[in-house]
Amino acid sequence: MEFEIPKMSAALPEMFVLGMACLILVIDLFLTDKNRIITYLLAQATLVGAAIASLGYQFGSPEIAFNGSFIRDAMGDTLKVFIYLSVFVVFLYSRSYLQARNLFRGEFFVLGLFGVLGMMIMVSAHSLLTLYLGLELLSLSMYALVAMNRDSSYSSEAAMKYFVLGALASGMLLYGMSMLYGVTGSLELSQISAGVATAGAGNMVLVFGLVFTVVGLAFKLGAVPFHMWVPDVYHGSPTAVTVYIGSAPKIAAFAMVMRLLVDGLEGLQEHWQGMLVILAILSLALGNITAIAQTNIKRMLAYSTIAHVGYLLLGVLSGSDSGYASAMFYTIVYALMSLGGFGMIMLLSRTGFEADRLDDFKGLNERSPWFAFMMLILMFSMAGVPVFLGFWAKLSVLSAVVEAEMVWLAAVAVVFSIIGAFYYLRVVKLMYFDKPEDNTPIDSEFDVRVMLSANSLAILVLGLFPGALMSLCVNAFAL
Amino acid sequence: MADNMQNIYLTVALAPLVGAIVAGLFGRFISRSVAHTVTIAGVAVSAALSLYVFKHIVIDGGEPFNGAVYTWMVSDGVRFEVGFLVDSLTAMMMVVVTWVSLMVHIYTIGYMHDDPGYKRFFSYISLFTFSMLMLVMSNNFMQLFFGWEAVGLVSYLLIGFWYKRPTAIFANLKAFLVNRVGDFGFLLGIAAVLMYFNSLDYADVFSAAPMMADMTIQVIPGVEWSLMTVICILLFIGAMGKSAQVPLHVWLPDSMEGPTPISALIHAATMVTAGIFMVARMSPLYELSTTALTVVLVVGSITALFMGILGIIQNDIKRVVAYSTLSQLGYMTVALGASAYAAGVFHLMTHAFFKALLFLAAGSVIIGMHHEQDIRKMGGIKKYMPITYWTMLIGSLALIGFPGFAGFFSKDAIIEAVHLSQTPGAGFAYFAVLVGVFITAFYSFRMFFLVFHGEERMDKHAREHLHETPWVVTGPLIALAVPSVVVGAIFIGPMLFGDFFNGAIFVSPERDVLGKLGENFHGWFAFILHGLATPALYLAMAGVGAAWFLYMKRPDIPEMIKARAGVVYTVLEHKYGFDDFNDKVVAAGSRALGRLLWQVGDVKLIDGFVVNGTAKGVGWLSAVIKHIQTGFLYHYAFAMFVGLFALIALFVF
Repeated sequence: MEFEIPKMSAALPEMFVLGMACLILVIDLFLTDKNRIITYLLAQATLVGAAIASLGYQFGSPEIAFNGSFIRDAMGDTLKVFIYLSVFVVFLYSRSYLQARNLFRGEFFVLGLFGVLGMMIMVSAHSLLTLYLGLELLSLSMYALVAMNRDSSYSSEAAMKYFVLGALASGMLLYGMSMLYGVTGSLELSQISAGVATAGAGNMVLVFGLVFTVVGLAFKLGAVPFHMWVPDVYHGSPTAVTVYIGSAPKIAAFAMVMRLLVDGLEGLQEHWQGMLVILAILSLALGNITAIAQTNIKRMLAYSTIAHVGYLLLGVLSGSDSGYASAMFYTIVYALMSLGGFGMIMLLSRTGFEADRLDDFKGLNERSPWFAFMMLILMFSMAGVPVFLGFWAKLSVLSAVVEAEMVWLAAVAVVFSIIGAFYYLRVVKLMYFDKPEDNTPIDSEFDVRVMLSANSLAILVLGLFPGALMSLCVNAFAL
Repeated sequence: MADNMQNIYLTVALAPLVGAIVAGLFGRFISRSVAHTVTIAGVAVSAALSLYVFKHIVIDGGEPFNGAVYTWMVSDGVRFEVGFLVDSLTAMMMVVVTWVSLMVHIYTIGYMHDDPGYKRFFSYISLFTFSMLMLVMSNNFMQLFFGWEAVGLVSYLLIGFWYKRPTAIFANLKAFLVNRVGDFGFLLGIAAVLMYFNSLDYADVFSAAPMMADMTIQVIPGVEWSLMTVICILLFIGAMGKSAQVPLHVWLPDSMEGPTPISALIHAATMVTAGIFMVARMSPLYELSTTALTVVLVVGSITALFMGILGIIQNDIKRVVAYSTLSQLGYMTVALGASAYAAGVFHLMTHAFFKALLFLAAGSVIIGMHHEQDIRKMGGIKKYMPITYWTMLIGSLALIGFPGFAGFFSKDAIIEAVHLSQTPGAGFAYFAVLVGVFITAFYSFRMFFLVFHGEERMDKHAREHLHETPWVVTGPLIALAVPSVVVGAIFIGPMLFGDFFNGAIFVSPERDVLGKLGENFHGWFAFILHGLATPALYLAMAGVGAAWFLYMKRPDIPEMIKARAGVVYTVLEHKYGFDDFNDKVVAAGSRALGRLLWQVGDVKLIDGFVVNGTAKGVGWLSAVIKHIQTGFLYHYAFAMFVGLFALIALFVF
């Protein structure tokens, strides 16, 4: 076997993040709690640096490096940039939240960065091995993050559940991967793709492996019936962790779906399309309907996430480039909205008060008209009210489904989005038409206020001018 | 250069919007004088730049601009854009709109001086100017519709400006509803254009139109309709609503409930002419359908004649002017129907100046009389308000088409063009516009004599306070009086018979009545001399004479006629019964239908069963499903396995 030096430059951002994460881990050891802010600043600098590394690298066609196990392409780079952006915003929102709860420790940022590295590897994976490597790196970081607040029984319980179920799901995914390897004889996605073509879509072992693979993916995405961990984890984690879990990892999970099902197993589309239809409908139904009965806004947003995953799957299952682009658009839009939603909870919270009940939003308009308006934008966007960004996301996945000649499915999705509108609009109603329960002034840091306003306004402005973001997603699949 | 011009066009449209936003949204933080300074500055910038654009396009012969400024979205290959089409027609409209608007802005300082809604008013009229500019500068149907609805909205807001008056609220609701009828047709027309041309861009549609000329569609199975006729008539229904043509005219007289400056700006000079402008802009489409042109011609002539007759019996000074507006809009529509688009637009321009003048002069009288509008309580005001008197006289002479004044040229051109037209219905139209001349002269001077001459019928208190209005009122009057005299003589040559509208208005050769007329055109002075030999002038003179005789010399005769002509008078007093019909049949009928649908359809079916029923159902389901989330880890794992096995069962075996 010939040995060649791998093309390192393709993985430059990954190496940068890895190096920085290790460096920060060490530096953090020598910092006192008073200087902990340095860890925070370094972490943010790492994300900015990674973004520069990703954006500053020119390439023409997709590049495959490290003996076929790593790919760098337009979709990957776009997704990575949005991952950095999301995590940057997460860290920014979290700083004062963590400080107020005595949770402002280096682990949060280091684990967060390792999670980012995991996501980057997932996004750029070109073999089953790298894919799994990235997935586990991300998952392990997240298990630890969920349990970060050791003294909270909720957090420990959530972490426990997440870990056990995650292990189960990983097992299923690995089992599925082993089947795929068995039939095609390779771990590399392009060779798997070729192997599938040779074996034919009717090969029962392949389909068997596919089912397990899809189950693994569905767990990561939180699609029904593999969603059970989502509400408990979202609810039990400190909000700073929830916003982390609820944003960037969804982008990575989307990338994983694309890598496995489209890059690797497009030959089995007739099978996975049917599976995704079932998962999507169940997610839409259960997510939207159950969210109505929630009284805790973190749980409500967890169910709303499940519903959003349903829409995202609609884009993927339509099986065309425009469908994939719409799903990518949806994922990015979802991440932005989710950041804003959980960010708002953190903004309203203070020491000893989590602001995570729906009732805590009552009369927000009287307490702060500006942030009530910001929340209104977020809720309208999540509900898919026209001109807000969420509307265009829903519209694009629905038109992808219609193009794939599954009008009935689009109709089902629309019906569930109408049901879903209820619980988003209820938040608006609480903010504007109810009396506040407490009138404590909103006490939050300046940077959080600015970031949150920018976050919400971005959803409004991008909604008015959706062309740029959409063409970014379309271009990701044009190469 | 093109970029430079594009910026100028943008500035023209947006400057009034800035003023409107400042005065409207930040009204609380600024004083009255800041509000009017900002809005007037915005409109003044537009007005000055409009003149520059006019010079660039018309005088220097610059290239017409047609381009998108912003692409909103592209859906299914159809581009939805904000864009400008600036050619001679647009340039002319821009000048008219911005200058009349500027005059009205200045005038408003005086007219609305004591009104608590001062800043709101300035915000509205600036917003109106922006909307109207968007309408006339549009290069596509979507933006046209935006402008169309935006001016309609501002009109609605301004008619109901004094929102505490029940009559004003009634009037603005009426205007809104009647315009809905027209807009429905307009929207259907635009939809038809989009459906068959797959584009909303004027240029695309106009270039594709000749190929569609013979196309027929079946809306009702078995009945073939010409596509062009359907589109043109639907669009014209929109124009009928906006430009107040019979039978959608009923809102315009009532719109006089609004403050006088907006009656001048919106309900005389600019907005109501949007329909005329639109049809002229769409001339390449209308030329393809004789049927549509006939409809336009007949509707226009009915409006011109019968609405003028109603002006005779009005006693409210603004309503007299309002009915004359209706009648003059009818003239413009007749010109369009006779394919003399240029004449229609020419009349639109002259009318904008002299009718704005008449309204503002009427407003000046109203200010002098302390908001008394009944002409029976006026008389002999001439000596108290000389400037108002002379400007009103100029406006009235322009309106009746006295030789040399602006209205003479445009109205005579329309009459001559209709005379030559071969379009079916032209015979009736010719009769209507000729008789209309007499009637116009009659009611105009009836009002003029009753207001300014004869005995003073106002009470003592009013007489003591009667004096000329301040310069902010008289200034605009004088400024509008000048074009009311000269604009006709200056522009008749180039606009009607020259190449002014080349490329902007399209007339097919066999219908080119203005071209035929132009063969005998030898300058404006010769046109006046020719006018001396036509019946129109003598009819106008007869009208003035009759008014003088009946209302100055023998005021007892009108009373006598009123007593004798019972039925005719009743019919006129009820305005031919349009309002009664609308109230009793249309409004009452739709209310009854609405009540039925509400009680059966809404309350029982939709609310009871569909809305509350499903809401209850979903709520119940939600409460049940949430119990699936038990919190037990082994239940969660179990659910995953159920899912896994279900998928295997479905897809593997």
